[in-house]
Parts: sequence; structure tokens; C-alpha cells
Amino acid sequence: MKSSATAGQAMDALPTVKPDRLPLLLLPVLALAALPLTGSFSTWVTLTFAGLAMGMIIFIIASGLTLVFGLMDVLNFGHGVFITLGAFLATSVLGRMTGWTESESLLRNLLALLPAMLAAVVVAGAVGLAFERLIIRPVYGQPLKQIMITMGGMIVGVELIKVVWGAQAIPLPLPAAFRGSLLFGDAAVEKYRLIAVVVGLGIFLAMFWVLSRTKVGLLIRAGVQDREMVESLGYRIGRLFVGVFVAGSALAGLGGVMWGLYQQSVTPEMGGQINVLLFIVIIIGGMGSVGGCFIGALMVGLVSNYAGFLAPKVALFSNILLMVIILLWRPQGLYSVGKR
Amino acid sequence: MIFDRLLSGDPPRSRMLALILVAILAGLLFTPFAFPGAKALNVAAKICIFIVLVASFDLLLGYTGIVSFAHTMFFGIGAYGVAIALTHIGPTWTGVVAGVAAALVISLVLSLVIGLFSLRVKALFYAMITLAVATAFQTLASQLSDLTGGEDGLTFKVPELLSPAFSLREQPFLGVSLDGRLIAFYLLIAVTVALFLLMLRIVNSPFGRVLQAIRENEFRAEAIGYRTVVYRTFSNMLSASFATLAGALLALWLRYNGPDTSLSFEIMIDILLMVVIGGMGTLYGSVIGATLFIIVQNYLQDLMKVASEGVGKVPLLRDLVHPDRWLLWLGILFVLSIYRFPAGVVGKLRARAVRRT
Repeated sequence: MKSSATAGQAMDALPTVKPDRLPLLLLPVLALAALPLTGSFSTWVTLTFAGLAMGMIIFIIASGLTLVFGLMDVLNFGHGVFITLGAFLATSVLGRMTGWTESESLLRNLLALLPAMLAAVVVAGAVGLAFERLIIRPVYGQPLKQIMITMGGMIVGVELIKVVWGAQAIPLPLPAAFRGSLLFGDAAVEKYRLIAVVVGLGIFLAMFWVLSRTKVGLLIRAGVQDREMVESLGYRIGRLFVGVFVAGSALAGLGGVMWGLYQQSVTPEMGGQINVLLFIVIIIGGMGSVGGCFIGALMVGLVSNYAGFLAPKVALFSNILLMVIILLWRPQGLYSVGKR
Repeated sequence: MIFDRLLSGDPPRSRMLALILVAILAGLLFTPFAFPGAKALNVAAKICIFIVLVASFDLLLGYTGIVSFAHTMFFGIGAYGVAIALTHIGPTWTGVVAGVAAALVISLVLSLVIGLFSLRVKALFYAMITLAVATAFQTLASQLSDLTGGEDGLTFKVPELLSPAFSLREQPFLGVSLDGRLIAFYLLIAVTVALFLLMLRIVNSPFGRVLQAIRENEFRAEAIGYRTVVYRTFSNMLSASFATLAGALLALWLRYNGPDTSLSFEIMIDILLMVVIGGMGTLYGSVIGATLFIIVQNYLQDLMKVASEGVGKVPLLRDLVHPDRWLLWLGILFVLSIYRFPAGVVGKLRARAVRRT
């Protein structure tokens, strides 16, 4: 009896860490601040949805990047290759299923899209496994070489994609039932953006569940905090890392499919172009933090849509401005992780 | 010995390397006579410009251990400085000087600001931040179309002495007409050699040794009493100024400048490849790297065309040796050289020279 009582006391004595909810407020504040500026409510709804959709897709792509960095201090400058790969695979799969993508039935459209996404996830994951083996493993712990070698991996990857699919842009039309927009009152919301938000949210929730409710998630989070401690407890962090890298690459492939559909065309250079955006997002979020990455991605999406509407010239620099402002407020990003 | 002084006491240290360097210099000097035609001359000029640019990048990457992706930004500032000045002031030497001076000031200020803000942080952050800044600058240059000509760029006239219309002598000499282009070419070589020797002087000065110390062990360098942030910022500024000068040379040679010729990210990748393949941390590497890369870039395609015709209709192989895929092979060489010979071609040659003695 007595021992359990002291245990209870010890539990009470453990200081509870107050969760840092301040960054969560940024999104509603940002959205509400944009409301009077945009003028009409319907425009605001359209812009907000566009921003959220874009943010969700960026989050899907960037989440793997930030986790990989958090776990192993590896920043993959070649992450963009998986995006491009996913998008090009989608053109191949969907291109062969035009009968289904062109039909008006939503079910058939989904049945066409599903294998495209599956192919992107599987192939990008497999390539990720090879990429980790060949490119990243030999240069652990050497940041300078890492930056260069992942860059080199990207050059080779993009060239190989050009070998298979050619160097030209390939159109990637949306399946028929996803085209057009829905009207909520006066506000028009594109159907595809709605889908992107739903899929993105689904992936975020699944990832959140894995990270906070499963043992693997616990180990990943612990590894991000302090790798050596987890290793000394007998877990092979190297294997965990490979798993996270593969998952991150697969998600980037999935994000590539969604980004390609969002742009409705894919080019071999698309991955490299998004790379800059990804870096901004993970810096804003705090390197290694998935929650921060989520908020950062949505903010980048919202800001670039609002700015694109209000001041198109400024929009090109809006992301960098956002990053500077956030870093002035919190130099480590929204959530600083572990010892960094 | 005067020769040793010229090279700042840092000779090639490998007979093979010395031979190659002399061959490159001789090749450049005799290009107008040995290889007639505009393409060869342009390739030679590009080699000169990139030797300066790559050496300046090596100052940062190889000697100080900083990865920056904003190097083409400074290259672009130099090119735009000359282009804008010559467009507005007219084709005079005053214009050239004004353009170069303005570009240098802008580069110095910009590199100082970037350096002070972000050189305190880790290498990774610096790489990411410079990447973002360079992208923003590229957008800025294509947006300010009144000043920069936007995507179309600027075409302008250079001072008469350097223009093709100028002629030194009526009759051609050894089959080559002595026009302004030829003068511009030799002026370019002279400036390249001078800038290269200057950089060699810098890296072999006590200042250069501190940079190398920071590269090897930053913590220790700080412990000995060197303010590493100050040195790294200086290195950043020096490297930026030389890149700016290289950009000015490019604009003067091409008599044109646009975002794709001096600012694009492809050029950044090219420079990175040249430094690594040639050999990081030795300026001779930039000579080898730039020469090799640009010759490959311009002539490998011809070779691959032959190969791709030879392969015929074998599906995958034909695409792999397609002339447009030259970067694939250089990319593979780049990855392999990081693993197999991190010191590049120069490092390999020097190691062989050491083994022999």
C-alpha cells in the first residue's frame, strides 16, 4: 500500500510540461487578418481554401523531410526527386486509364486515382530505400558532403526521369468528376482543393496517431529528442531511420501526384522548384517538428494565396518575408526540437 | 625565385598537374589561331570566366568550408551591373568602371548582411537560407524589367576597342582578323590570370591559413583566438567580390545579360560540380574543373550523338546516351568523386606525385 502511495506522490511531483499552444493561434489570426483586406467574404473563402489545399500538399511532402532531419541530422537536398517521380508516375498510370478518368462517375475516377497514388507511394518508397543506401548512408555525420551528395543524387535522379519520360512538360488533367467548383453561397471552392484538404488532413491525423499513440512513434519522437539515449536503451535507431526515410520518400511521391494534379502539368524541374518552399516550411516549423511543419505549411499556403490576390508582386517574396518574421520572433522556428 | 613568388609559394606540386595547367593556358592562348570559328573562341572565353567564378566559390567551399547556394547571385550582380551601366551610360570605359564599381559595392553589402545574419548558424541552415535568398533575387531580377530587361535580358554595346567592328590592322594575321573580339579575348585571359594569382595570394596568406583552420576545426580556431564569424564573413565577402568580377567579365564578353545566362540555378549546380570534380580546397582544382566541365558540356554532346547513333535502336541504352543527357554522366561522376576521390582530380594527381617520390 505504502509503496503505491509514494509512487502516486512521485507522479504528482513530476512537473507537467505546459504544451506550447501559441503557434496554433497563428493560423486563425492570419486568416482573420486577411478577411478585411480581401474585401468580400466569398473571395476570402475561396482564397482560404486554396491556401489550405496548397498548404496540405506541401505538408505531405515536407513532413518526411523534417522528420528525417530531426532523427539523423540529414537534410536531403534531393527530396524534390521523389516529388517529380511521383508526379511522372501519375501521368503514366492515369494516361493509361483515360477511360476511367474521363467518365463522369466519381467512383471510377477514384478507382483510377488510387492505383496512381499507390504506384507513386510504392515506387517512391522503393527508390527512397535505394537512395538512402547508395547516397546518404556513406556520408552520415558529414554535413558538407551530405549537402553536396544529396544535390548530386537529385541531378542524377532528374536526368534519369528525363531518360524515362522525356524532358518536356506532360499535362496531367484532373479526373472528370474533380473538375469545376462547388458553390457555398457566393464562394466558389474548387472540388479538387476540397479533396486535397481532406486527404492532407487525413494524412496529418494518421501521422499524428502513429507518432503519439504507437510505440514506433514514441521511439521516433524520442530519437528526434536524443538519439544516443534511445540507442543506449537498445533500439536500433539506424533501422528506424531507414523506415522514416522510406516513409518520407513515399509521402513525397504521394504529394507529387497531388501537386501535379494541382498544377495540372508536370515538368522534370518541378521537384527542384518546390525544394525552396519545403526548406522555408521546415525552417518556419522548427527543424524536426512535425506539428511545426504542419502549421508552417498551412501558413505558407495561406500567405502565398492572400498575397497573390492582394499584391501579386509581393507574393513572390511573401514566403521569405514570412520566414524572416517568424525567425525574428522565434529564432529556432515555431517549435524547437531537442538539443538543437 | 620569381615563379614561386608569382604562385605565392603554392606550386602545383605534381609534374602531371603542372603539365596539364601549362597545356590549358597554352590552349587558351592559341585558341584563336589553332581552332578557327566562333564556337571555339566562345568556349575558351567561357572557360576563363568560369575559372574565376569557380575559384571564388572554392575560396568559400573548399577553403572555408561554407556551402552557399547564392554564388550565382553575386555572379549575376556583376553581370547586371555592367549590363545596366553600359545600357544607360553608353559604350564607354566610364560605363564599365561605373558598372563594376556599383556591382562590387552591392555585392559587398549584400554578402556582409547575409554573412552577419546567417554565418553564425550551422552549415545546413546557411545552405538553405542562401538558396532561398538566391531564388528571391532571381525573381526580383526578372520582375524589375524596366531596369534588368526582365526575362529577355539586356543587349548592349561595349567600348569600341572591344567591339567586333574595331580593327587593329587591315590584313589578317596568320589567317585571323585582328578585331576588337580578339583584343577582348586576350584582355579576358590577362584579367583571368591576374585574378587567379590574386586569389592564390589570398589563400596562401596568413588570412587564408586561418580560413583553412576554420574549415578543419572551427572550435579550435576560435579557441586559439580567431573570431571565426569575422573571418567567415570576410571570406564570404571576398568570394562574392571575385564572383562579381567574373560576372562583369561574362557580360563584357557576351555583350548581353539575362537571368538564364548569369543567375539561373543550373549555373550554381555547374559551379558545384566543377569545384568538386576539379578538387576542393585547391585553386588549381578550379582550373581543371572548369576546363573539363565546359569542354564536356560543349563537346560531349557531339561524342554522345555518335554513340547514340552507334547504339541504334536499343531502347533504354539509346536514351541513356542521348546527347541531351550529358548532365547525367557528369552527375554520376560528381557523386562518385565525392565518395572515391574527395580531393578531386588535383588531389588524385598530387597523391600520385607524393607516392612516386
